[in-house]
Amino acid sequence: MKLLGLFNYWVFAVLLMIGLYALISKKNLVKKIMALAIFQSAVFLFFITMSRVDGGTAPIIQAGVPDQIFSNPLPQVLILTAIVVGISTTALGLAIVVRLYEEYGTVEDDEILAMDRES
Amino acid sequence: MNLADHLPALQVALPLLTAPLVILLRNGFLAWLAALVASGISFGLAILLTQAVLGPGVPEYAVGGWQPPFGISLNVDGLSALMLLLVTGASTLGLAGGRLSLRRDIDNRRAPMFYGAWLIALAGLCGIAVAGDAFNVFVFMEISSLATYILIAAGRDRRALSAVFKYLIIGTIGATFYLIGVGFIYMMTGTLNFADMALRLGDVIETRPIIIAAGFITIGLALKAAVFPLHIWLPRAYTYAPNAVTVFIAACSTKVAIYVLLRFNYGVFHGNLLGHSDLFSVFIVPLALSGILLASAIAIYQGNIKKLLAFSSVAQIGYIALAAGLATQAGLMAAQLHMFNHALAKGTLFLCVVAFVLTTRSANIAKLAGIGRRMPWTMGAFVIAGLSLIGVPGTAGFISKWYLVVAVMGVPGWGIPLVMAIVISSLMAVVYLWKFVETAYYGTPPDGDVSAMEVPLPLRLLIWSAALANIYFGLSPGLPIALAESGTGTLLGGLL
Repeated sequence: MKLLGLFNYWVFAVLLMIGLYALISKKNLVKKIMALAIFQSAVFLFFITMSRVDGGTAPIIQAGVPDQIFSNPLPQVLILTAIVVGISTTALGLAIVVRLYEEYGTVEDDEILAMDRES
Repeated sequence: MNLADHLPALQVALPLLTAPLVILLRNGFLAWLAALVASGISFGLAILLTQAVLGPGVPEYAVGGWQPPFGISLNVDGLSALMLLLVTGASTLGLAGGRLSLRRDIDNRRAPMFYGAWLIALAGLCGIAVAGDAFNVFVFMEISSLATYILIAAGRDRRALSAVFKYLIIGTIGATFYLIGVGFIYMMTGTLNFADMALRLGDVIETRPIIIAAGFITIGLALKAAVFPLHIWLPRAYTYAPNAVTVFIAACSTKVAIYVLLRFNYGVFHGNLLGHSDLFSVFIVPLALSGILLASAIAIYQGNIKKLLAFSSVAQIGYIALAAGLATQAGLMAAQLHMFNHALAKGTLFLCVVAFVLTTRSANIAKLAGIGRRMPWTMGAFVIAGLSLIGVPGTAGFISKWYLVVAVMGVPGWGIPLVMAIVISSLMAVVYLWKFVETAYYGTPPDGDVSAMEVPLPLRLLIWSAALANIYFGLSPGLPIALAESGTGTLLGGLL
């Protein structure tokens, strides 16, 4: 039961490692960007899970409802910002991949490396 | 509240708000001028803040009137002021000295965008230095990093692109690790404010999430700071970036990551985690030592002057990390002073490289043969800054090397071997700089032409004022020492 209770954290750890592994092992630059996105999403999941309170709702005060339980809104706000950062990073990364393709004619890391060594 | 109270916010807001205006200018020269003025005013603000820190102190700035720990706070202490001086100074130096070089590297059409990105990078780096909470540090770190990737990718060489891709991947991993660490701390303490965090950590001391957080934050920031062997992104990124950009980022971007590392490890963890300082030392000191020795050795074999200086930067980061890892008052002083002095020396050296490449169009040491006789003024400044990098008495580098040696001598049992490592590395610095100086003064130019070909007078004056600053801060190091003392006081709190 304890294991299941921590389900989200397991997913966080697994996603994080999938992302990191792919970042290191994949040679294709687009796959690297995808891995980066997975890696960052894992962290988003981590923050959102942390903010959840059992039975909690959105933090909006309703008239006539006593003892409302809220989920903590702060991590969610942080993650909104972090998602924007993540999107910008992905966009910039892809833009660089496009420029790389224009210059080198390939998006494979090892081929680019080989061409760099020659020049 | 008068205007002076708003200085910490202005420091970030000014470049951040000028950036979109610069992009709207449709002319490369005007965009450059606007960026230079904004950067210059930022430098002025940093000087005002420094005066305030050394005098009455700067009150905590609550953004939007929301009081900390709930609101966003901006804090400026001695260490922040030191970083602000470095960042704004390096930016102004790079922009002022880089006009001719950047005009060649960047199309006139794209120049406004480029200078906009420059100002955003400046705003991000200033933001890290003034931010009083962990999450804003992350956001500013990403703002500055994203803008820096754009600046580096503007290099003419296509290898700039593959270099910047690697930097983007590693930089993002570093920032994400940092974010995970901040998440764990928030989970346990419910706060993001540095000061509040340091207070509340006492209640959850020695719990596993906090220890994991310390690990993630240290590794993430070590990636950003290019502590050996996490430096693999640095040499190529520095080498293929436009020369003026290298002046800017080489002087300050890695040091800002070390600044955050110091804030976390000393400001937050040091007083709260039992044995944290020992763990931190055991982790960082061997890495720093191998960086000091190996990166210096690699620098000797480089054929490109920019790559040579980049590997030298990795070694210098090693010195800073070594001093910071000692976890003593003397060590922290040495780390901060070395950040300041290394930025001064490296900024000047890369500015000289800007001048060399401007006239010869090559950063290859073999092609720069005889340059010392053709450009005696620039080469003279290069030698002065080089001496400062080595740590010759009378230059700024000597002051921090002296503090560093005194600090490592205080390590029981390890003093002599550590001093030996520093001396050996300094000798290697003599070797790699001499290699270039020898070629520059005694080598034969590749095409046999030995006529003088100096850069324009304004650039020469700028290079010389930067070089003379190396001597000035070597003879009267009062300002950096006062700032470092104030910074050490805040970092260690009431512990010592």
